[in-house]
Amino acid sequence: MEIIKFLKKHMQFTIFLTLALVIIGIAIFAPWIAPYDPYETIMQNSLKAPNKINLCGTDKLGRDVLSRVIYGTRTSLTMVICLLSITFVIGTTLGVIAGYFGKIVDEVIMRLADMMISFPGLVLAIAIAGLLGPNMVNAVIAIAAVSWTKYARLSRSLVLRVKESTFIEAAKINGTKTSKIIFKHILPNIINVMVISVVTEIGTMMLELASLSFLGFGAQAPTPEWGIMLNEGRTYLAKAPWLMVYPGIAIVIVVIVFNMLGDSLRDILDPKHN
Amino acid sequence: MSKKYLIKRLIQVLIVLFGISFFTFGLTYLSPGDPAEIMLTECGNIPSPELLEQTRIELGLDKPFLVQYGRWLRGVLAGDMGMSYSMKMPVVDKLVQCFWPTFRMATMSLIIMIVISVPLGIIAAIYQNKWPDYFVRVLTFLGVSIPNFWLGLIFLSFFGVKLQWVTVSGGRTDFKGLILPAVTLAIAMAAKYTRQVRVTILEELHQDYVIGARMRGIKECTILWRHVLPNALLPLVTLVGLSFGSLLGGTAVVEIIYNWPGMGNMAIKAIACRDYPLVQGYVLWIALIYMGINILVDLSYAYLDPRLKEGR
Repeated sequence: MEIIKFLKKHMQFTIFLTLALVIIGIAIFAPWIAPYDPYETIMQNSLKAPNKINLCGTDKLGRDVLSRVIYGTRTSLTMVICLLSITFVIGTTLGVIAGYFGKIVDEVIMRLADMMISFPGLVLAIAIAGLLGPNMVNAVIAIAAVSWTKYARLSRSLVLRVKESTFIEAAKINGTKTSKIIFKHILPNIINVMVISVVTEIGTMMLELASLSFLGFGAQAPTPEWGIMLNEGRTYLAKAPWLMVYPGIAIVIVVIVFNMLGDSLRDILDPKHN
Repeated sequence: MSKKYLIKRLIQVLIVLFGISFFTFGLTYLSPGDPAEIMLTECGNIPSPELLEQTRIELGLDKPFLVQYGRWLRGVLAGDMGMSYSMKMPVVDKLVQCFWPTFRMATMSLIIMIVISVPLGIIAAIYQNKWPDYFVRVLTFLGVSIPNFWLGLIFLSFFGVKLQWVTVSGGRTDFKGLILPAVTLAIAMAAKYTRQVRVTILEELHQDYVIGARMRGIKECTILWRHVLPNALLPLVTLVGLSFGSLLGGTAVVEIIYNWPGMGNMAIKAIACRDYPLVQGYVLWIALIYMGINILVDLSYAYLDPRLKEGR
């Protein structure tokens, strides 16, 4: 009942949460939703315009564009989830360590973060992904390497604020173990804000992953992924515009939904923002 | 801006540059593929093992990592970043050659960005929570959610294929060829910047001096032009500077789409054919520019904010 009340009170959040769940559902149930196999090439169907059989047309190899777009949801969401969990865990851990222990540890971690931040992220990500060898895992590693700093800075500043509270002092005087202080008292206090920032980042991260794939440094053919599909569609701009229309629309919709979800979540949970 | 602060900043920049260069050098060292082999295969023939060995010694690839790095760093300090494998020309020359097209495009999109976002941001702030504000907010929302590579493709298919105003293959660097890439690049930035303009102006509008001015019966537009805008200028200049940095760094995607002969395009090709000296040079060069701009932004404070001058 509590939940229903909450959802009714925050209509915007509810709407976008539902849409996000629908997108996640599409990703999970892709094999049942997609009309065809996204990898199945039928050469005589090459570059068919959208029609009754292939609703969004077919690509160069005669693969069904709609099915590939649907499976693309899977690829994008999986990559984003991996990326965000890695950056979240690494960033938060380093930030908490820097904030809690201070001194030399703090200096080292924060100077490292400064180094990463004083540099355009995508350039470094492209260099890392390209040099490590272009594939999905390396694309995730590359973007994680340049975006952990945000979480490190945020969690550090939050820890610094919490650290001064009396209940932490009390716990210290009582002789509570450091690990227990961190996990029992500090983390629960900062996790809210951290989660909000992760959710608001989903859209941006998706765009970055897609641009890496578009440039050829992310997912590789024949994986159904929107960035690659757009890159493939580039060649047939005049002949087969549907190749670039549908994957693009898919990206925009998904990014908008997650951006809006993040925004409304922040409005609800972050009292400072109101 | 005290001298001490400036020196501190310069030292910081040097450390970052050093770190970045070490990092990229390490990355190219660790990445799969043998530079000597790549360099020789570029010439079109399959190299013999003896030739490979000889080239490796010539390039210093047989030395330990730190020695190689030291050698490269010494070269960089003397203005020599080595030879590009694929272009067969000094990396420095290639970087300079590619810099101007990118610089032109980034400048153009910066201008477009300011022209779009400053008026929109101001309007949204003045009409806060009324329909113009909502309209601008929806626009900025779309702006940040549309990937620029898709936008570029749409522009190309509309202006290139349908209207035939520009050539789809791109590669033209005249003014006409500049507009579409610059607009594509500007839109996402403009969306972010509009939001920031709006927030900055709103903050100023809620200051006490604005209320005071209103109470004294000063016209609303005088308050805006004479008091609020000059005060809001400072944070906005900072943001413009930072945007210019990321514009310069973020051109790769757009350059690829429009086949623009700039640095991003060059970097992607260099990475694809594992032209390590060029990649290292590119990353270092971008870092240098980016941080140079940051320092300039800092310095501009002294001129824009009289309070800082007095505090010297």
